Amino acid sequence: MIDAKSPQTATSPAAAPVTPAGDRTVPKPQPAPAPQPAPPGAAAKITTQPEADIHSELASETHIISVEDFNLYYGETHALKNINMGVPKSKVTALIGPSGCGKSTLLRSVNRLNDMIDTVRITGNMYVDGMAIYKRNVDVIELRKRMGMVFQKSNPFPMSIFENVVFSLRIDGEGRKSVLQETCEKALRGAFLWEEVKDRLHESGLSLSGGQQQRLCIARAIAAEPEVLLMDEPCSALDPVATSKIEDLIYNLRGNYTVLIVTHSMHQAARVSDYTAFMYFGSLVEYGTTATIFGNPHLKQTEDYVTGRFG
Amino acid sequence: MVWLTGGCVALAVLMIVLLLAFIFWQGIATFWPGPLVMVKTRDGATFLGEPTRRETYLAPGSSQPMTRVLYKTGNFDVTGSHFNWVNDSDVVEKSEPRWALVIERVEWGNAYGALEGVTDGNVSINDPAQAWQRFGELHGAGLKQLTASRLIVRTAQGKLVPADRAKENEPLLVSQVVRAYPANQLGLGGKVKVYFSRWWEYLSADPREANTEGGVFPAIVGTVLLTFIMVVVAVPLGVIAAIYLREYARQGLLVTIVRISVNNLAGVPSIVFGVFGVGFFCYLVGGSIDHTFFADRLTFHKTALIWASLTLALLTLPVVIVATEEALAAVPRSMREGSYACGASKWQTIRRIVLPRAMPGIMTGMILAIARGAGEVAPLMLVGAVKIAPELPISLHPPFGLNRSFMHLGFHIYDLGFQSPDSEAARSMVYTTTLLLIAIVVTLNVSAMVLRSRLRRAYSAAKF
Repeated sequence: MIDAKSPQTATSPAAAPVTPAGDRTVPKPQPAPAPQPAPPGAAAKITTQPEADIHSELASETHIISVEDFNLYYGETHALKNINMGVPKSKVTALIGPSGCGKSTLLRSVNRLNDMIDTVRITGNMYVDGMAIYKRNVDVIELRKRMGMVFQKSNPFPMSIFENVVFSLRIDGEGRKSVLQETCEKALRGAFLWEEVKDRLHESGLSLSGGQQQRLCIARAIAAEPEVLLMDEPCSALDPVATSKIEDLIYNLRGNYTVLIVTHSMHQAARVSDYTAFMYFGSLVEYGTTATIFGNPHLKQTEDYVTGRFG
Repeated sequence: MVWLTGGCVALAVLMIVLLLAFIFWQGIATFWPGPLVMVKTRDGATFLGEPTRRETYLAPGSSQPMTRVLYKTGNFDVTGSHFNWVNDSDVVEKSEPRWALVIERVEWGNAYGALEGVTDGNVSINDPAQAWQRFGELHGAGLKQLTASRLIVRTAQGKLVPADRAKENEPLLVSQVVRAYPANQLGLGGKVKVYFSRWWEYLSADPREANTEGGVFPAIVGTVLLTFIMVVVAVPLGVIAAIYLREYARQGLLVTIVRISVNNLAGVPSIVFGVFGVGFFCYLVGGSIDHTFFADRLTFHKTALIWASLTLALLTLPVVIVATEEALAAVPRSMREGSYACGASKWQTIRRIVLPRAMPGIMTGMILAIARGAGEVAPLMLVGAVKIAPELPISLHPPFGLNRSFMHLGFHIYDLGFQSPDSEAARSMVYTTTLLLIAIVVTLNVSAMVLRSRLRRAYSAAKF
């Protein structure tokens, strides 16, 4: 599978600048009203971070998400330390690293789901298609509508399978039955669930098995045709059969969607992703093509982790 | 330890079962027609009546315990009493005469005696058998309004049962008779018929004779309406308040204080709510409404159904808020996040995900509120429940009867048991009314529970 994405022909010849021209001057986070220069000594800490080893292949990709000098604090805990990275468009990028290293936090920062937590403070910024998302008067709801998200634990809504899938359309006020039905079928087919549930679309989403529920959540995430699909360990609670179905699905999503996936399973990262970022204790350590990260990493730390010697 | 804990459970269950069984038995037995007994005593007196209960007592000046039977002898307009005690030792003759009739009357309570004849205008029948037949025709054919038709009834004491005491020789008007039956001739079928006809009267008719007879229909209507309006007011208000407290308010000291206050509000004695209801709703709000909209004509400036409902709503609000808050808090975070990740706004998430998911819990709050509110009496005595309401609190014209006083089963029980002119006569009605109140509260609760389990199934794993 890995060699399927091996031709490194860059989609855009000119090295796309990691930093699009955005107004980074106002990196004030919306949810945290705390004054900007966050904790005393934060700047000093950041400077002591070693630079992440970002491989040169990434520079030739078009980046749909750019993360710049991104820091996130849960209260006093410095959870993400000066992250700088770009996520290539229409590719699958995996985030790996030991538990608690900030992978999920980084993922949840992309659609600003961390806004829900009162104690979170953020410095730095992220750009989606060149638009700074941590800025005053960013429409968070519009931002989230451009992204789909699949969670670690499947979380179908307490409604029918059909309503689950078309939830995004419903909240946009879409009421035309034909549109809803078309979308539902397309999304369920996309999530390889259609054949299993086509005869019981009006049963509760909670009546499905665990693997089906997770694929239902994927169908829900892709129903609104988002630009970016965020996946937070989507297979961690599933058996190998369901896992392989979902991995096939993710593999097939490349090209149409940009997928950012957090995973604990090295094999999964190796199987499904084009690029892999290794994170450790809130910092980005190494980031490159999946083949390089798993086959020939630049850093000893990465090698130790992917070969299972620690972590 | 298992014996101690299990024993406590057993004790609690036993007490509840005993309570319910006692009320059920007493309430069920009330309307069953018993035999009519005639006793002659040693001093020459004759009593005809229904034996109601027997007791052992110690007569003054004697050390020997004696037994006596309480007979419901009726004929209050002649004798001045509904009941008579007869000592077993005084009885010289005891019989169950075939001709004895129980005549339930609109006024003066029951009459007991034998039918001697019927006068129907100029026609008069003096043969008892023909008279009984004629009475059946007159009474059954809806001719009750015939004021000229009278029954001549011979009682144990004397000749006639007059319709009222002022005209002592006037026989009993047929129109005054609710129901008459020869108690000692009834077979099982006849008894069942009388039994259910009494229940039907009880459930559907207005009360008579200072509530000791007749039905409790107005009280049923009052209780159900009161509970209904209470739920309609308290549940939406409580749910909305709980949504604010749990979903919108920044959790901090202030919200904690509000939450503790709400919880404590549930513990305030209900009579305090009654006092508040009178002062605030009846006088202040009602007075202002009358002054503003009704040119000071007495409309809302008094005790009324609406004020009683609002007072009860206030009383049950904490229950709803606490239950709803718990239900909201139990909605998993992952579901909210899933909704937000789909681009739903906060309100969309609450309305489409959180509220449906929390609905069974909210229903639990509603059930608790009904259970608390429907049985509450103390505040109602202050804000609108009355002994006898002249009309039902329902009307087609504004303000739709909401400003009327009403009867309430709980208050009815209190009134029967402790405010009745003849507590002996009201005694059996107390049990029946208690049984009915319990039945209504249970019915309301069970229907809410059925609704809840339907919802629960809908949100877990079944078809929609």
